[in-house]
Amino acid sequence: MCLGVPAEVIAVPDPDVPRARVAISGVERTVATDLLVDEGIGPGDWVLVHVGFALSRIDADEAAITLDQIKRLGGDTFGTELDSFRTSAID
Amino acid sequence: MKYVDEFRDPAGAKVLLRRIDELVGRLDRPLKVMEICGSHTHTIYRHGLEHLLPEQIEFVHGPGCPVCVIPMGRIDDALWLARQPGVILTTFGDMMRVPGSTESLLQARATGADVRFVYSPLDALPIARANPDKHVVFFAVGFETTAPSTAVTLERARVESLANFSVFSNHVVTEPALRAIVNGGETEVDAFIGPGHVATVIGTTAFDFLAEEFNLPVVVAGFEPLDVLQAVEMLLEQFTSGQVASGRARVQNQYARVVRPEGNTVAQKLMGRVFRTRDAFEWRGLGWIERSGLGIAPEYARWDAEQIFRVPGVRVADPPACECGSVLTGRIKPWQCRVFGTACTPATPIGTCMVSPEGACAAYYNFGRLTRQTAQAVAIRD
Repeated sequence: MCLGVPAEVIAVPDPDVPRARVAISGVERTVATDLLVDEGIGPGDWVLVHVGFALSRIDADEAAITLDQIKRLGGDTFGTELDSFRTSAID
Repeated sequence: MKYVDEFRDPAGAKVLLRRIDELVGRLDRPLKVMEICGSHTHTIYRHGLEHLLPEQIEFVHGPGCPVCVIPMGRIDDALWLARQPGVILTTFGDMMRVPGSTESLLQARATGADVRFVYSPLDALPIARANPDKHVVFFAVGFETTAPSTAVTLERARVESLANFSVFSNHVVTEPALRAIVNGGETEVDAFIGPGHVATVIGTTAFDFLAEEFNLPVVVAGFEPLDVLQAVEMLLEQFTSGQVASGRARVQNQYARVVRPEGNTVAQKLMGRVFRTRDAFEWRGLGWIERSGLGIAPEYARWDAEQIFRVPGVRVADPPACECGSVLTGRIKPWQCRVFGTACTPATPIGTCMVSPEGACAAYYNFGRLTRQTAQAVAIRD
C-alpha cells in the first residue's frame, strides 16, 4: 500500500477541480491532485502517485543530476560498459 | 518505465558497488544501516542488494511498514466495527489478511460481515453515497505518506455533509518511533536510510534530529536499486570523510527528484487541521509510544468512528510464537523467528510482518532465497 508510482499527467479536465488524468505504465486513470494545488500541475508533468493521490511533482532535472552523479562516480566505467555493449553483435 | 528503468541500470549499480567497496576498505568497523521504510526492505530483498554489498554493511530492518506496526487489539477493534449492524468496513487490501485474535477481516467477510477493500480512501465515499441506509467506516492505517489522503477524504465528507461515513484512524507518525529505537538501546544502528515517501510529505528537515541530537547520518532515498546503493555510498562518505567521527553527521537527500527539504506543505497543513496527536498509541513490537498516533480532530468528530461507535479498545498480546516485535525493531532477522517459513508463511501468516509485501518477513520469504555465495556467482560484479 505504500508504493509510490511515477505517472505522466495527460490532462487536467477542469482547472477548478483537483483531478488529473494520468498514465501509469500505459494505463490511464484519474488521480486526486488536492495535495498539489499550489504546483499548477499540467499535461506533460510527471507526478508520484500514492493511494490515488499525486503526492509530489517529479523533477526531471533532479533525476538527471542523480543519474549523472552515479555516472561520474564511475569515471570511465560507465562509458566502458556502454562501449562494450556497442561492440556486441548478437543478432 | 520512466523514472524506474534508469534507476535499475546494471551499469550504474556496478559503478556504485565498486565505489562502495573502495569506501568500505577505509572503514575502521562494520556498519549497521537501518532502512526505516518497508518499501526499502522490499527493494533490498527483491534485488538481492544485501548480498551484493560487502559484509561490513549490514541492513537492519526498521518499523516502517504501517500494516506491520498495527497491534492486534486495533485489528480486533476493526473486526468489532465490521460486525456492527449496518456497517460497511472499507480498508486497504493489505489489511484484509492481517490476523486478529480470532479471525481476519477476510474471514469476517466470508462469514457475513460487509468488508470491502479500496485502492484509495476516496473510493470509500461513493460507497457511502450509494448506501445511504448503511454506515461506511474507513479503517485507516499508514504513516505521514498516507495520512494526507485520509485528511482530504475527511475534508470532502465534511464539505458534502456526508452523514453516513467515518474514519477509524490508526495513522502513526515517524519521529516518536525512531526516537524509541534510538533511545531504547536494544537496537544498535550506525546510520539510517530515510523513508523517501514519508519525506515527500514531512520533508528531509524532519530527520535533522537524528543528526543533530544523536550524530547519526541519514540519507533520504528513493526505492529503486540505484537509489538504495547510492544512499549507502553517501552514508559511507560521511563515515570515511571523518564527518561522523567529528560529530558532524548530516541529513542528505538522495531522492531530490521527488523530495523537497520542506516536504509538501499543503499536506502538512491539511493533516494539522484534520488530525490531533494522541497522548500515546500502541505499536506492535515497540509498545506504547507517546504522541505517536493521529486521532481525528474535535472539529471532525462527526466523522470519527471512535466517537460514533463505542469501539471496545481491545488490548491483546501478540501470539507467543510470533516475533514480529523483534523483527520490527531490528533485534532479529526474519529467518531467526521460530515460526518463519514453517507455521508462518504469506499464505498462512501469524504475524503482520508476513502479511504485507513491505513486511520484512514476507520480503525475505518471497525473495531472500539466495545464499551469499549464489548471489555473488550470479552478480553483476567483475
